[in-house]
Amino acid sequence: MSLLLVLEQLLNGLQFGVMLFLIAAGLTLVLGIMNLVNLAHGSLYMVGAFVCAWVSLQTGSFLLGLLAALPATALVGIAVELLVLRRLYARDHLDQVLATFGLILFFNEGVKIVFGARPLRLDLPEWLSGSVELLPGVPYPAFRLAIIAVGLLVGLFLFWLVARTRLGMLIRAGASNREMVQALGVDIAQLYTLVFGLGAVLAALGGVMAGPIYAVEVGMGEPMLIMVFVVIVIGGIGSIRGAFVGALLVGMTFMLCRAFLPGLFGLFLDPAGAAAVGGALASMAIYILMAAVLIARPRGLFPAHG
Amino acid sequence: MAEPLLEARGLRKAFGAVQACDDVELEVAAGELRAVIGPNGAGKTTLISLLAGELAPDAGAIRFQGQDVTAMPAPARAQAGLARSYQITSLFPRFTALQNAVLAVQAKGGHAFRFWRPAMREAELREPALAALARVGLAERADVPVAALAHGEQRQLEIALALATRPKLVLLDEPTAGMSREETQEMVRLLEGLKGELTIVLIEHDMDAVFALAERITVLVYGRPIATGTPTEIRADRAVRAAYLGEETG
Amino acid sequence: MTRSDLVALIGLAGFALFPALAWAGGVLWAVDLASRMLIYGLAALALNLVLGYGGLVSFGHAAFVGAGAYVVAILSFHSMMGGSILGYGGTESGFVAFALAILVSGLLALAIGTLSLKTSGLYFIMITLAFAQMIYYLFISLPDYGGEDGLSLWARSDFGPLDIGDDVVFFYLCLVLVLLFALLKRRLVASRFGWTLMGLRDNERRMCALGTPSFRYRLAAFTLSGAVAGLAGALLANQTEFVSPAFLSWHLSGELLVIVILGGMGTLYGPLAGAVAFLLLEFALKEVTEHWQLALGPILILVVLYARRGLWGLVEGRKDG
Ligand SMILES: Nc1ncnc2c1ncn2[C@@H]1O[C@H](COP(=O)(O)OP(=O)(O)OP(=O)(O)O)[C@@H](O)[C@H]1O
Ligand SMILES: [Mg+2]
Repeated sequence: MSLLLVLEQLLNGLQFGVMLFLIAAGLTLVLGIMNLVNLAHGSLYMVGAFVCAWVSLQTGSFLLGLLAALPATALVGIAVELLVLRRLYARDHLDQVLATFGLILFFNEGVKIVFGARPLRLDLPEWLSGSVELLPGVPYPAFRLAIIAVGLLVGLFLFWLVARTRLGMLIRAGASNREMVQALGVDIAQLYTLVFGLGAVLAALGGVMAGPIYAVEVGMGEPMLIMVFVVIVIGGIGSIRGAFVGALLVGMTFMLCRAFLPGLFGLFLDPAGAAAVGGALASMAIYILMAAVLIARPRGLFPAHG
Repeated sequence: MAEPLLEARGLRKAFGAVQACDDVELEVAAGELRAVIGPNGAGKTTLISLLAGELAPDAGAIRFQGQDVTAMPAPARAQAGLARSYQITSLFPRFTALQNAVLAVQAKGGHAFRFWRPAMREAELREPALAALARVGLAERADVPVAALAHGEQRQLEIALALATRPKLVLLDEPTAGMSREETQEMVRLLEGLKGELTIVLIEHDMDAVFALAERITVLVYGRPIATGTPTEIRADRAVRAAYLGEETG
Repeated sequence: MTRSDLVALIGLAGFALFPALAWAGGVLWAVDLASRMLIYGLAALALNLVLGYGGLVSFGHAAFVGAGAYVVAILSFHSMMGGSILGYGGTESGFVAFALAILVSGLLALAIGTLSLKTSGLYFIMITLAFAQMIYYLFISLPDYGGEDGLSLWARSDFGPLDIGDDVVFFYLCLVLVLLFALLKRRLVASRFGWTLMGLRDNERRMCALGTPSFRYRLAAFTLSGAVAGLAGALLANQTEFVSPAFLSWHLSGELLVIVILGGMGTLYGPLAGAVAFLLLEFALKEVTEHWQLALGPILILVVLYARRGLWGLVEGRKDG
């Protein structure tokens, strides 16, 4: 295997990692601050991808699709928060799991009714569909590079938001001391809705990025959600930094294993079999990574508080 | 002189910037009733949790019955005969007083890998459990669910659970917390009865009770033991009066 | 005998008469649905041991159901197609296959439990989910056993003179196994072991202070629960005569949680009532619309928000731990 191939896979891992990070960031904020497990976070990712794909198909413009997907998903997210999740903050995790499991069923079926059962295609505009020559003789898809850039920018923005702004201060304070923040005269309910909307936008962004690479189909949210759980378990619940590191670890592990395990298995399996096995084993590898992290650090790499 | 039953050497525990236990030295002889007093936040509860093994010390060592138990987890210390009660009542609220006590007795029974016989009908669990309830004056209330017990009764049950494990030494964290005058007097009588039977480390805010019960008193201030002695000695101690009773020295 | 026992007994007696009623009513196909209810009920009873009595939210019980199902299917596959697994050939024998299903699922639960029970709360939920997902991918990665498409059974397992190829006989096999486990569980939760589990559920800190180490008891319960879920999986493979990775999916884990809550968490027979109610609801909604999940989702949310004590709560009248 050549060094360039490894480089390419590392970039793929980085790209997949920042995508995971976008989805994980919203989820871990909601988990850390509101102590709420929201399984339907994956549904928001799906809604984002569908809205973007549909609008792009209608208008022929990817950008319009993106611009429609973000606010639309934010609205869906806020509606869900106001109608359902708000009633779950005081409940235990089991209730949250079950109710948001119900939300997943609802969203999967709802998307099927609105957009049809067939997967949608999300085509890239010309300016994103080419490739960029990173090093002489090493082309890399422009869209994937764009994902990496946008993901890193959003990451920086989130660090800044949480560490440096008044909103971030409230978020951090709200996470450790709900009553205190309330006593200071901040409307906690509003703060929660805002954070939730932000998480929804990030999930939608993830969906928009995933659309052109993977299929835009009903049920696309759940495998992603479970991977994101792994990211959060590895990083530590509630920590943006943990989500970032966890996402990159998982993304790299997944892409490297998927690229190189089939070759390894090809040594004693036929090529077709090896390819199938490799993909599944790459999925397994991230769980093995998670188990290893857990044995060493049961509360993740960056336990947020307590 | 005989070796103390419980011994702490240089115990330290910090929570962030707060040094809750600061170089605590403690020796409790078998059969003694030792009171530990100190103002709010002095680190008394922290000390108990360290001794019981619920918290791990940052530094220092703990010996019980001549054995180093510093690294021993809480369940094993309980098995060795070191029981504790809680300042904030910590029971099994869904169950009756008797069921609570049976849980405590069976916890001491070694292991609970018994899958068939109904535990609540086992005489070897019921009888000691009933005895523990009787000891604290709850015999009549055995079948009342915890949630229906009065606060004072819950405090009594709190002690009963510790006693039901048949400990050699109990660490009692403010047994009279939140009790009325009468309830407090009853608790003091109970402790008087236990004295001599068991070694007791008693944390208490009620000074009348402390001076009536304790053979020796240790005063903790900001996580440091500033004096240890008989009630008379403690009453006379200048440092104690200064730090604890808020009087001026000199 | 409590009121709850009595209602359960009446319910099971009604169930025992069901094939006769179905035959008389000309809806013999419904026996198959009833068997499925019993199988889901068995898996939910198993889950309830850790969830209701142990207070552990396992979001990965499909792994144990699926593993049990695959054991039966793989043994059947090798028995027909030849070949061997780990040096042993296949078998159609139900006695061997069911015992192995219980064993394999139990060992899997032991392994997953050992890792997951080091954590608690939210971490535990996510980790059990993740490990189950890992098993899911493991089976997808086995093209010999159908990969994503799954594997058909040639015939139902062979129990000698007992021909479970007959839906009615199979139904009674399920009924007897459910009854046996319900009785076992009834004894279990009243034993020292059961009280220890409940004590840990309600106040782990105090249990430790009284001298009970938590890990080993929880692991034992988790392992037992996984083993019985494996038995349910072996039955499920026989009922559908087909296994696929869907048996291992997080969807099934979620459904089992729903069934336990719907029936009544931490009650002896609630999970059975939950399984009957859930499958009936699913059946009825499917009759009405192809988009039945659009209705099922909100119904689940309403149950969680407003009917948290479950169906068995109605029977018991009050909480008995
Ligand atoms: N788990 C903890 N995390 C952080 N700080 C703690 C913790 N437990 C105790 N502290 C701090 O350590 C100090 C000692 O607390 P501790 O409860 O031991 O005092 P105490 O003597 O029992 O007080 P009181 O008389 O009010 O019961 C206090 O400043 C307390 O705020
Ligand atoms: Mg205290």
